[in-house]
Amino acid sequence: MKILVCMKQVPQKDAPLKLNDAGTWIRDDVSYEVNEPDAFALEEALRQKEKHTGEVVVVTAGPARAMQVLREALAKGADRAIHLEGDAFVGLDAYNTARAIAAAIVIDQGKDEKFDLIFTGLQSDDYGYAQTGVILAEILGLPHATIIMHIEKTDGGIRVKRELEAGFFQFVDMPLPAVLTIQSGINKLRYATLIGIKQAKTKPMRKVTMAEVQSAVGGNLQKIEKLHVPQKSKNTEFLEGPPAEVAKKLVEKLKNELRVI
Amino acid sequence: MDTILVIIEQRAGKLNRISWETIAAGQAIAAHTGWTLEAAVVGSGVAAIAGEVAGKKVAKVYDVESARLEPYTPDAFAHALREFLGKHPATLVLMPHTYQVRDFVPKLATALQTTAITDAIGYKYEGGKLLFTRQMFQGKFVADVSFAGSGPYFVTFQNGSFRGDKVEAGAAAAPVETVTVEVPDSVVRNKPQEVFKEAKQAVDLTQAEIIVSVGRGIKEQKNIELAKQLADALGGELAASRPICDNGWLPMDRQIGSSGQTVAPKLYLALGISGAIQHIVGMKGARSVVAINKDSEAPIFEIADYAVVGNLFDIVPPLIEEIKKAKG
Repeated sequence: MKILVCMKQVPQKDAPLKLNDAGTWIRDDVSYEVNEPDAFALEEALRQKEKHTGEVVVVTAGPARAMQVLREALAKGADRAIHLEGDAFVGLDAYNTARAIAAAIVIDQGKDEKFDLIFTGLQSDDYGYAQTGVILAEILGLPHATIIMHIEKTDGGIRVKRELEAGFFQFVDMPLPAVLTIQSGINKLRYATLIGIKQAKTKPMRKVTMAEVQSAVGGNLQKIEKLHVPQKSKNTEFLEGPPAEVAKKLVEKLKNELRVI
Repeated sequence: MDTILVIIEQRAGKLNRISWETIAAGQAIAAHTGWTLEAAVVGSGVAAIAGEVAGKKVAKVYDVESARLEPYTPDAFAHALREFLGKHPATLVLMPHTYQVRDFVPKLATALQTTAITDAIGYKYEGGKLLFTRQMFQGKFVADVSFAGSGPYFVTFQNGSFRGDKVEAGAAAAPVETVTVEVPDSVVRNKPQEVFKEAKQAVDLTQAEIIVSVGRGIKEQKNIELAKQLADALGGELAASRPICDNGWLPMDRQIGSSGQTVAPKLYLALGISGAIQHIVGMKGARSVVAINKDSEAPIFEIADYAVVGNLFDIVPPLIEEIKKAKG
């Protein structure tokens, strides 16, 4: 199985975020980490490779710091990495990001990288659009399925378990090649071993510049005009003091205000 | 004349009631912009649903039919809607942000060389321009997003962002037009099987008046016992955010969120839950919310009535004692 995993670097979950002066984006001085669903997508790719032999290639589009996500992926067992590197990739909408990735996987030595499977996480924790994988499938003319919790190889291709709302699921039979967006919790994430970290340093890391994919990319079709702090619709009362005091205050509220005791 | 088209969701011939929220959104935007509001039901043998939608205040309802639209596949839906929109252009296409819509709308938009603003929670109409509001960074900020390009413009609205019960009824039934679309067999590549529920439904959280819910802040499986004691003291049910259930620390039927249960209890007490969008969507209808979290910036505090910034392991034990005292 030759599998491509699209990964994204996002601000750390608990990182305190501040808006820039213009209110158009966040200030860059935060810590970053791999987008959690993408980590699950990588883990799933590595497990499929272990089961069926093959190759796992990871790709990201982002500034220099995004390389860290690829290094970690290589350390965990991915074979090769592709870094669409540059500030020009920041702020691309999902359509353009997908177009850039599609162009990048075609241009290597003029050969079309024919993947059996392409994974993305189901959505990113920063934008939360949940689109890039599905758009990529449309651009590449491939079948797709989203929010995947299990993948099994079959004679005709694969059988995937698609997660639906309210605890429902659905199996879907699909041909290969296909694009899947992977749900968190599909598996348990592995840690990179010391040997893996060492080996990662010698694994191929191909850099792709915006210039190389420019012809595939267009202007964004949507624009974030402004970011702001959410307007509170609730009057939140913060209860303060040492734990014993807070407990008393809270019970008073539960009893007299909320009337649940 | 600009048209707003609401795509009504149905699954296996059953109307998804979240569609009323989308009609409410369409009615609000139509009132602001003066644009015409229409609706379309997409499926096989869905005339009855189209008839039900025609009772709402919309200019027209389309019954978009093809046998190939049942069961749902993204290939069939994207193909059918692409063909339909080719013959019945719309400026703005609205859908609810369901797992089914997420599965095909980016494909449809891309095929039409346009874009979708997904998981919007509202809109603004300023200076003749439509902006859509959506949460970013798991709810820490909200963004106003505009469309560039020529459309059609796709927008999906988050569960609960509009009131389905506030949908306006029509003075008379709207006309229903049946449109048959061709979906060639070769277009559909996926073969879906029957939908099923995995977890034994041992508990129905939708019936619980009080829910104590745990998130990652509970740290270890053995600590869930503490949350259970709190739930018992209050006479409530125990629930959890997704990561807790993914770890197997609580069964799946205790999961609250977009993939789990959607609840609206009298009291939702969130312990160590940050307030990720996928979780909030499952409990924002709660009558009252109490949140305990050590991170003062946790988005859960945006929707809390009472908030405690602190260590839940310090606060919950005396809280249990005080509740027992109060209950006598």
